[in-house]
Amino acid sequence: MTYNSSKILLTKNKSLKDYIKENFGIIILRMLTWIVVLIFLFIIVIIFYNGSDVITWRFLLNPPSGDPQKDGIGIAIIGTLAVSFLMILLAVPIGILSAIYIVEYAENDRLKKIIRISINNLAGVPSIVFGLFGLGFFVLVVGKNIDTALSTGLLFGKPSLLWASATLAILVLPTIIVSTMESLERIPAEQRNAAYGLGASKWQVIRKIVFPQARPGILTGVILAISRGAGEAAPVLFLGCAFFLPHLPLTYLNVGFFSIPIINPAEQFMFLAYNVFNLATQSPNPEITLPYQYGTVLILISLVLIFNITAVIFRYKFRKILDEVTTF
Amino acid sequence: MKETKIKINNLSVFFNYTQALNNVSLDVFNNKVTTLIGPSGCGKTSLLRTLNRMNELIGGFKIKGHVFIDDVDIYEKNIDVVNLRKLVGMVFQKSNLFPKSIYENLIFAPTINGIKNKTELNEIIEKACIQAAIWNEVKDRLTENAYNLSSGQQQRLCIARVLTAKPDILLMDEPASALDPISTNKIEELIYDLKEKYTIIVVTHNMQQAARISDYIAFLYMGQLIEYDKTSKIFTNPANKQTEDYITGRFG
Repeated sequence: MTYNSSKILLTKNKSLKDYIKENFGIIILRMLTWIVVLIFLFIIVIIFYNGSDVITWRFLLNPPSGDPQKDGIGIAIIGTLAVSFLMILLAVPIGILSAIYIVEYAENDRLKKIIRISINNLAGVPSIVFGLFGLGFFVLVVGKNIDTALSTGLLFGKPSLLWASATLAILVLPTIIVSTMESLERIPAEQRNAAYGLGASKWQVIRKIVFPQARPGILTGVILAISRGAGEAAPVLFLGCAFFLPHLPLTYLNVGFFSIPIINPAEQFMFLAYNVFNLATQSPNPEITLPYQYGTVLILISLVLIFNITAVIFRYKFRKILDEVTTF
Repeated sequence: MKETKIKINNLSVFFNYTQALNNVSLDVFNNKVTTLIGPSGCGKTSLLRTLNRMNELIGGFKIKGHVFIDDVDIYEKNIDVVNLRKLVGMVFQKSNLFPKSIYENLIFAPTINGIKNKTELNEIIEKACIQAAIWNEVKDRLTENAYNLSSGQQQRLCIARVLTAKPDILLMDEPASALDPISTNKIEELIYDLKEKYTIIVVTHNMQQAARISDYIAFLYMGQLIEYDKTSKIFTNPANKQTEDYITGRFG
């Protein structure tokens, strides 16, 4: 027996043909994966190559003037940051709380199924539809009614940064909900049982045991949401995204003796993704604006990348805290 | 003197359309170790989890009959389940410590009870750990990750963690089944020591263990209580043929 098995184990009679046959699948998979990576790198390189020349302080800081050679995108950068920030502020609480409800509280299985299907479908709705919905719902229904109710004239009932952020928040809501649900569901039942067995109420179990462990996963969802929202042009098209704003839409918040300038959420704004669209389609001479389009895209990608890296660092810190107590 | 701590009256338990327990009645005595034995799927764990209403966390759970703890029906409407689970602590088969430090694991139950004072917390922790015979092993490493402990230590830490909630009754679901003989021995000694202060109900598959640790044994089979008596009686002179067959290893 020993002799036989060692003979089998020691025989190396695989021909090249056998080798290729066996590894064919793996080779294909590896190639396809590298193609994806190469496409990504190709895009980045092209954008960088064509766009890096126009990146100057003037380009980053100047307000637009109508002449692409003198224009800057400073107002669009700040607009994008403001919209993303407000979007996250609106979407994260709603997303996380509804995910907690679905995973932890909803008991009716059919209801859960319906909610899940709705969320998945919401994720599949084209972004232009969200834009129209935002205009129809937020501006014309919610805003108009608030104006009538508070008699504020025309403050809320017009396209503005607030409604654009709200629309983008709905757009990214499925991302946040799904990733939160997945991270909540990953927490093992034993952990929950242990806490229940010690006399924890349901809310205590969620708050003290489930949520802290789910946080890195939830954060991943939030990153994806920011990246998605900051790059969309279609939903903000009808919602106060300006073609051209000579100055920042500022308003002053009075706190005691201080007057703090903040972005006015009831005003129009500029948005990087929309700016690219403008430069490409609305300019009389797209040839001249081409480098500026690349430049703007480069800035947009860099912004999203900075968001991502920040969040990765955050997540790493969370993980590290968690790892200190979870390593076996 | 033996007093009845838990009184189970004609208890039947259902999960959706399957019946897990059928008309079980038994009295569990104060400061005794009662062991539930029987083949897999006989309803031991269901019975155990009925006593702190953990079964309710599983969908489709229904109950008939009554469970009294100190003459209070724990399935009455105005019972606070959260308080019940503090009174009836539970140790699970696999240690289920939280992925946190030893200290954080131990203060979980006291802090959810609203204790914030550090000295008070430390007293509770120390007392519980001494009772669970693990204080000497963890006192210098409280800030360490609980998962760095050996599996036997983890299980004893689980017991200590349960004790921090100041229960009256301890439910243990095969507390030593995943442990090596030395750790098992430690857990058994611990159970023996703890019964001075607590009423303990243990589920086990190990006949020798049941013989070693328990004062009373309940033999369950297919959701029915076949026999319930003193350990010595069950092992020397069981009234029922099935019980005898089971403990001698002829079936199950």
